[in-house]
Amino acid sequence: MLITVLNRLRYLIVKEMLVTLRDPKSRVILVLPPLIQIILFSYAITQEVRNASVAVLNRDTGVEGSALLKSFGHEPTFRRLFYLKKESEIDSVLDERKATAVMVIPPDFSGRLADSTSYGAVINLILDGRRPNASPILSGYIQRIVQQSMAESYRERGVNGSASPGVNVVTRHWFNPNLIPRESFLPGLICILCMVVGINLAVLSVAREREIGTFEQILVSPLTPAEILFGKAFNVVFLTSLTAGMLVAVIRLFFGVTLKSSPFLFFISIETFLLSIVGIGLFISSLSTTQQQAILGAILVLPPAIMLSGFATPIENMPGWLQTVTAADPVRWFLVIVKGLFLRGMSAAAVWENLKPLVVISVLCLGAAGYMFRRRME
Amino acid sequence: MIRIDSVTKSWNSETGPALRGVTVDIKPGRITGLVGPDGAGKTTLIRLLAGLLEPTSGSVSVFGFDTVRQTESIKPFLGYMPQKFGLYEDLTVLENLELYAKLRGLPKSDRPARLAELLRFTALTPFTGRLARRLSGGMKQKLGLACALITTPKLLLLDEPGVGVDPLSRRELWRMVAGLMNDGVVVVWSTAYLDEAEMCDDVLLLNAGEQLYFGPPSGLTDPMKGRVVRVLGIPERERRKTLARFLRNEDVRDGVIQGDAVRLVLRPGAAGTASFEPYRTVPVPPSFEDGFIDRLGGIAQRESPLARDFTPIPKSEKPPVTADGLTKRFGAFTAADHVSFTIRQGEILGLLGPNGAGKSTTFKMLCGLLRPTEGAGYISGWNLRRAPSRARSRLGYMAQKFSLYPDLSVRQNLDFYAGVYGLRGRRHRSAVDRVISMFELGPFRTVSAGKLPLGFKQRLSLAAALMHEPDVLFLDEPTSGVDPLTRREFWGHINALVEKGVTVLVTTHFMDEAEYCDRIILINNGRMAAEGTPDSLKARVRSADLPEPTLEDAFIRLVERGRDPR
Repeated sequence: MLITVLNRLRYLIVKEMLVTLRDPKSRVILVLPPLIQIILFSYAITQEVRNASVAVLNRDTGVEGSALLKSFGHEPTFRRLFYLKKESEIDSVLDERKATAVMVIPPDFSGRLADSTSYGAVINLILDGRRPNASPILSGYIQRIVQQSMAESYRERGVNGSASPGVNVVTRHWFNPNLIPRESFLPGLICILCMVVGINLAVLSVAREREIGTFEQILVSPLTPAEILFGKAFNVVFLTSLTAGMLVAVIRLFFGVTLKSSPFLFFISIETFLLSIVGIGLFISSLSTTQQQAILGAILVLPPAIMLSGFATPIENMPGWLQTVTAADPVRWFLVIVKGLFLRGMSAAAVWENLKPLVVISVLCLGAAGYMFRRRME
Repeated sequence: MIRIDSVTKSWNSETGPALRGVTVDIKPGRITGLVGPDGAGKTTLIRLLAGLLEPTSGSVSVFGFDTVRQTESIKPFLGYMPQKFGLYEDLTVLENLELYAKLRGLPKSDRPARLAELLRFTALTPFTGRLARRLSGGMKQKLGLACALITTPKLLLLDEPGVGVDPLSRRELWRMVAGLMNDGVVVVWSTAYLDEAEMCDDVLLLNAGEQLYFGPPSGLTDPMKGRVVRVLGIPERERRKTLARFLRNEDVRDGVIQGDAVRLVLRPGAAGTASFEPYRTVPVPPSFEDGFIDRLGGIAQRESPLARDFTPIPKSEKPPVTADGLTKRFGAFTAADHVSFTIRQGEILGLLGPNGAGKSTTFKMLCGLLRPTEGAGYISGWNLRRAPSRARSRLGYMAQKFSLYPDLSVRQNLDFYAGVYGLRGRRHRSAVDRVISMFELGPFRTVSAGKLPLGFKQRLSLAAALMHEPDVLFLDEPTSGVDPLTRREFWGHINALVEKGVTVLVTTHFMDEAEYCDRIILINNGRMAAEGTPDSLKARVRSADLPEPTLEDAFIRLVERGRDPR
C-alpha cells in the first residue's frame, strides 16, 4: 500500500518538475526576475558616497574638538565641509539639502574625554534619511574617522588611550528614523523575491492544469486529492529553494552579505516559509478556475503581505489591530528569522519561536486548499 | 457576391500554411457550409472574410470591397458570431444586446423595436435579465446569433455555432438561420459536423488547409451512389468481428457499425461484384461523409493493432459499471434523479441527452469526478465513494479535448500516467513500450505532446488511458472535431478493445458516435427517459411522416416527448 502511494508520488513529482522546467516561461520566472531585481535593488542602495557635504557645529572649546575637525579636513570624502554657528541652523541645512549629515560636537566634549570617571564623550550625528543610499555609508565613514582621529591624537600627545572613556557617535536619521541598512535589506529582499516566485508557481500549477483539462484527467486517476496537493507543494518548494539558494549566493558574491549562523537553520526556515507560501498559493489556486483568476489572486495577496511584513515600515508603528493582522503574514515571521540569521547569528530557540506561526499558516492553508479541492467534487 | 481568389494564409514556415490556394465564389440567398475537421482552416477563412486577417497571397472581396484595403466599407454589412458565441458572460441577455447595438451604431430610436424583434425571434424574451454565463449552451448560441444580427447584416459569418450544443438546439438554430434566407443574406456556416454539411446549399470542404470540394453537397454524394451498402442479418455478437473482417477486404473503402447492420462504402467498380456471404446486402443512399472519406482515399488503417496486441481482460462475474440510484442535487435543483443501470462486460453504452439534462452529471459521478448526493457508483465492484482509489484504478478516461501535458514529451506523458496508475519497474517500462509500438508513436517519443499532429494526439490520449489495462473506458465526446479517417481509426481501436472484453461508456452530442453503441441511455430532466439499442430507439419514433428516422430524429422526438409539462 505504502509502496504504491510512494510510487505514484514519485511519478507525480517528476511530472510536476518536468511541467515547470519544460515550460520556458516558468524557467524564466525561477531565475531571471529574482536575479535582476536583487541586483537592481542592491545597487540602488549601495552607491558609493563621494563629495558629500557635511556640516559641523562645534560647541566644544577644548583641544579634542578642534583636533577632530582637523582630521576631517584631510578626508577626500568630505570636500564640502562647512561650519555652523548655532543649533537653529541645523534644520535649514538639512531641509534645503545643503548637507547630508550634520555633526554636532557638544560643549562638554573635551571635558568628558579628560574625565576618566565619565561615561565618555558623545558626538551627535544627524543624517538626512531621505537619502537612504548615502546616509548609512556616510555614518560609517564618520564613525571610523572619529575613532581614528581620537587614536591619533592620543598617540601624538602621548596619552594612554585605554584610560580615556572614548567617544560615542550617536546617530539620528532625520525624516526616516528607521533607515534600513543594506545588510538587513538584502536578506529581506530574498524573502520577498522567493515569495513572489513561489506564489506565482503555486497559483499557476493547478489553474493551468484546469485550463488544459489535465486536472480532470488526474482526478480520475488513483491519485487522491491529498497526493496531488503534496506533489504540487513539493515541486514548488523544491524549485523555489533553488532560487533562494541562488539569491543567497548572489548577495554573498556581489555584496559580501553572509549568513552569520548555521546553514542548516536557514535551510529549515526557508523550507517552512516556502511551504506556507505554497499553501497560500494553492489555496488561491483551488478557488480559481482560470489562470487569470489565479494571477489576480496572487496580485491581491502580494502587496499586503509585503506591506504588513515590517519590511518597509516597522510593525511597532502600526495601530494595534493591524499588528494583530500581521500575525497571519508569513513574511513577517520569516523576515525576523532571516535578519537574525544573516545579521547576528540567531539562536535555534529564537528561530523556532518564529517558525511556529509559519507551521500553523502552512497547515491551515494546505488544509483549506485540500478541502476546497474535495468540495469541488461535491 | 463574395469572391475568394487563390487565397493562401501562412502563420509561420514551421507549420505550413493554414489555407492553401482556396478559390470560391459564394452566392447570396444560400447557406454556404464551411466544412472540415479541427485544424482545417475554417476559422482562418472566416476571419479573412471578416477582414480580421490579411491573406498571405491572393485576395478576398466582399460585395466588391477588398477586405484588406476597404475593411471599413465591409463592416456595416457584416454579422459575425465567433466561436463560443462572443458574449460578455457577466452581462445580462439584454445588456449584451444593447452593447452590441451601441457597438454596431444602431440608432437609439431604432433600438427598442429591433431588440424586441430579435428577442422574439430567438425566444429569449423571458430571459432578458439573466446573466449570459447562466444560459444553457443552446440559449447562448441563440443570443450570439441575435447579437450578430443586430444591424441586419448582408453577410452572416457563423463560426462553429454547433460546438458543444445538443442536436435539439442545433436544429432550432438551423431553422432560424434558414428563415433569414428570404432576405437575400449570404450565410457562411462553419462546422465540423458532417451531417450539417448535407443541409447546406453549398459546401466548401477543407482538410488541412486544402480545398477538397466546393459546390452543392450532392456533387460530392452523387458519385457515391450505388457504392454504399448495408449488410444485414449479422448476429449481434458478431458485428464487430464481422466488420473487422470486411475492412480487410480490398473492395471495401470504409465501414462502420450502424445499429444492427454494418454500413460499407465500396471501391468504385466493386459494387455489384463484391459479395458478403452469407449476409444480405441492400444499397443505401450515400452520405456527405462517404464522399469526404472517398476524397481522402478511404480509410488508411484496416486493422487495429490492439486486436493483436492488447491483453484480453479476463471474464468477470462482477458488472464492470453499476449506477445504483445515482442522485445529485445542487441546492433545490436535482440534476440527476435516481439513475440506475449496469453495463455488461464488453458492451458499449452511450449516455445521451440535451445540455443541462443530467447526462454530464451522471457521467461525472460514475468516474469519480462528482460525489453523488444519494446512491452509489461501482467500477468492477469497487464503490467509488468508499474505495475511490481502487475503483478509479480500474477505469481509463479520455476527455473531450486532447488533455495531456502539452509541454511534456510523448514518452514523459506516458511515463507519468503509467506511474500514477500504479505500474512500476519492469511492468512500467513494458507497458509504456507496448503502447508506443502499438500506436506507432515511436518516431514522436521525444516530441512535445502539444506539437503532435491531431491524429497522433488522439492516439496518445487513448494510449495513456490504456496502459494500465483498465476494465472500463470512459469516453467524453472522444472524436468531436476530428477528421473522419481519424475517427474511423479511433473506433477501430475501440471495437478491438471491446472484443478483448473492455467495457466502454461514451457520452456525446454527436449522433455518429452514438451509432457505434450497443445500447443507449437517454437522460432527460435528470431521469432516464429512454433506453435501448440505436435501432430500437429509432423504431420508437417511426411513424407515417417519418418512415426512416435517423438517430438524431429519435433523439429529438424522445426529448420533446419528455419535455416537462410545466
